[in-house]
Amino acid sequence: MKLSRIAPLGAVALATALVLAGCASNENAPTSSSAPTTAGSVALSGTLNGIGSSAQGTAQQTWIAGMQTQNGNLTINYDPQGSGAGRKSFISGAADFAGSDAALKDAELAGSFALCAAGTKAIDLPVYISPIAIAYNVSGVDGLKLDAPTIAKIFSGKITKWNDPAITALNAGVKLPAATINVVHRSDDSGTTQNFTDYLAQNAGAAWGKPADQTFPYTVGDAAKGTSGVAEAAKNAQNSITYIDESGIGTSGLKVAELKVGSTFNKISATGAAAVVADSPIVSGRAANDLAIQINRKDTKANAWPLVLVSYVIGCQQYKDAAKAKLVSAYVQYIATSAAQDAAATQAGSAPLSSDLAAKVVAAAKTIK
Amino acid sequence: MSATSTAIPAAKPKPKVRIGDRVFTSTTITAGAVILAVLAAVALFLVVQSLPALFAKPGELPNNADNFWQYVWPLVFGTVWSAFLALLIATPLSVGIALFISHYAPRRIAQLLGYVIDLLAAIPSVVYGLWGIATLSVFVQPFFAWLTDNLGWFPLFAPPVSGTGRTVLTASMVLAVMVIPIMTAICREVFLQTPRLNEEAALALGATRWEMVRLSVLPFARSGIISAIMLGLGRALGETLAIAMVLSPAFIVKFAVLQAQSPNTIAANIALQFPEATGVSVNALVASGLVLFAVTLVVNMIARAVINRKPSGASS
Repeated sequence: MKLSRIAPLGAVALATALVLAGCASNENAPTSSSAPTTAGSVALSGTLNGIGSSAQGTAQQTWIAGMQTQNGNLTINYDPQGSGAGRKSFISGAADFAGSDAALKDAELAGSFALCAAGTKAIDLPVYISPIAIAYNVSGVDGLKLDAPTIAKIFSGKITKWNDPAITALNAGVKLPAATINVVHRSDDSGTTQNFTDYLAQNAGAAWGKPADQTFPYTVGDAAKGTSGVAEAAKNAQNSITYIDESGIGTSGLKVAELKVGSTFNKISATGAAAVVADSPIVSGRAANDLAIQINRKDTKANAWPLVLVSYVIGCQQYKDAAKAKLVSAYVQYIATSAAQDAAATQAGSAPLSSDLAAKVVAAAKTIK
Repeated sequence: MSATSTAIPAAKPKPKVRIGDRVFTSTTITAGAVILAVLAAVALFLVVQSLPALFAKPGELPNNADNFWQYVWPLVFGTVWSAFLALLIATPLSVGIALFISHYAPRRIAQLLGYVIDLLAAIPSVVYGLWGIATLSVFVQPFFAWLTDNLGWFPLFAPPVSGTGRTVLTASMVLAVMVIPIMTAICREVFLQTPRLNEEAALALGATRWEMVRLSVLPFARSGIISAIMLGLGRALGETLAIAMVLSPAFIVKFAVLQAQSPNTIAANIALQFPEATGVSVNALVASGLVLFAVTLVVNMIARAVINRKPSGASS
């Protein structure tokens, strides 16, 4: 029994190792091609290990492929274990950089970082922007409009029917069923939940009544694991509603509600999300090159989409190992190029950084040494 | 005893020691010591890492728990409850399948069925999880809705029904399918060992086949069935991924099995929350692992006690 349980696991592990090995060797192939890197004309070599955010996972794979094609002897690994695990690994020195849906916390910045030169700290560099959608599955309803207080009441269980007056008031002319709303939310702690609850806490504080939290705070509706689990649950349940990274909607057939921003209803858009991030201030009181962003959830510019997640690459300002520093610096500079951002937008459904913010990221990355 | 034995000649021949014996003895001793050391190391790790959570102040723990026991209690409940439901489903099925294979089915069908059941054990739990999400939960949801509509007065089936069908009952069904192979295999072996004479004696006395099974096979196999149940329970308590995928968890203690918010299990909770956990939350997860360790230990000890109470069913 034990053996028969272990054997398939072993087979899977072996297969995974083979597949991963296959990837690496493929990318090593064009060694002789003298494609110049963005950082300089000399091809980079070495190994870089990153651990962190699963939201960044697909984008990181895209960037790694692009970076390794340019630098035949460079190997970059990214393990999407989760933001918390990524920051822990980076702090302990197990990863050269972290991917994280949240900037380093003050408590983490107060401690020391194993890979950073004595007395220096780590910095947050925003590389990945993802709009979060309010997605729903109600047959016959197309073009739902919602505002922050109504969303807060739905997701806290205060509104339980689709034809509640609060919803119908926003959706004149749409025939809403008298059905119970099936709320679907994340069962695992996540940056998506953190940003969603932050948006509600700032825009509908009274109706929401809870602070921003990476754990969904209410006991309401269904909980499902990960973006794909949420999409599956919302697809399978009738009359459901959920919050989800826009890229996770995919082919699930879920529709995206319009969001009331200021006095108009905005459709979800990558440019709207990027514009909100571009308008948002950098968190004050941090190192000069730390670009942690205080997302402006109350941005009311035209087409703005303030329900947005910003994910960071976290690295040292000054590494103990200068060779590592060179690689991290070059990699982040590459990520901030419009080519890399557009590739991630295609592959992962993210919103490209605005050129202004990208320039700041490049400038900060150049100071990594 | 030795006092009564006759005197042995003083020149007792020394047993010859060969090098192979030495090597083999030391190898087995090392192997035995390593497993003990590993177990001790795991226990030590769990205890040391748990301490900060056990003495955490209110506000530090996840889920707004005031102390660790408040945090872990719903998880312990969910773990035991889902495992119990799984066994409730799996035990009659396993005993039935095993009886069919050992006493009812024609030889060829019995062999084929045995193979198929063993094959179930080789499916990874992530596949069971996917099956649970994509197929089973969608399939059972209408039945759940019917149950809450018509039998909602019964506390277990209290409304409101889950819209997705991803409830503790669905998770327990998946668990049941996962533990059926091991339980069936053990039951089948035990049933096959029923003394032929007992069975033939029962038949000779005019018993029908069912009466024969009831009079000779089941009493003989009782302790074997119990150990099968305990092994199944051990697997059900520790199952992680399938539960994490199928269950719609909440921080809650309740018996209703058809509602959307179900109590989570310890193992699934660790799998779900560890990637994003920092600080005391990590310690709380490790501490909940320690509790699971203790629960499993207690279950195993009970199982040993039950089995040892009747050394062999053959005595009955």
